[in-house]
Amino acid sequence: MKVTVQYFALLREQRGLTQETLETTAPTPAALYEELRARHAFTLPADRVRAAINGEFAAATAALRAGDTVVFIPPVAGG
Amino acid sequence: MFRISTDSIDPATLEAALTDARAGACVTFCGWVRNANDGQPVLSLEYEAFAPLAEKEGERILAEAREKFALLGVAAVHRVGHLQIGEAAVWVGVTAAHRGAAFDACRYIIDELKARVPVWKKEHYASGASAWINCATR
Repeated sequence: MKVTVQYFALLREQRGLTQETLETTAPTPAALYEELRARHAFTLPADRVRAAINGEFAAATAALRAGDTVVFIPPVAGG
Repeated sequence: MFRISTDSIDPATLEAALTDARAGACVTFCGWVRNANDGQPVLSLEYEAFAPLAEKEGERILAEAREKFALLGVAAVHRVGHLQIGEAAVWVGVTAAHRGAAFDACRYIIDELKARVPVWKKEHYASGASAWINCATR
């Protein structure tokens, strides 16, 4: 299935992109993150990244569907 | 109302918008860009947000504050972009009939914003190095 991934902050820099649409068989955000982390050598381990699907926080084990937009959220640091 | 802003924060204008004849207390917090962190001289800070979710989560925090404390008004803004030393990065303002609720709510909001809203900051150091805060892996 095709999903869109948006990147911010550290992940945007490590990926070198703000957004991409890609083909994956990953059933969950956790699985998709591991796939991308292996491909792009992201330094953040999965347990330090939260997921959002279609603009709302989602569990790492939530079901991914074709057409979803996924954001992986590095540790936040507002203020 | 919580929003992410690419424009500079003007505390006076934001505070004026909270004007309320019923309010006996107005507590505001303004977070400034500081010239050092963890002993390292900092030249500037770069803020980035996942704006749609940041604004949603920020609104949820303001709604929680309204439920927990007896507030009359509440507003907060977080800046994004490349900020220089002394610039305002975040502003929170609350009004209430009495000071207790206003102090407590303001503290609650800034603490929750820092912990939950998808905003990131990158420090640029005098040494020429830079780093995304909270993202170190060793």
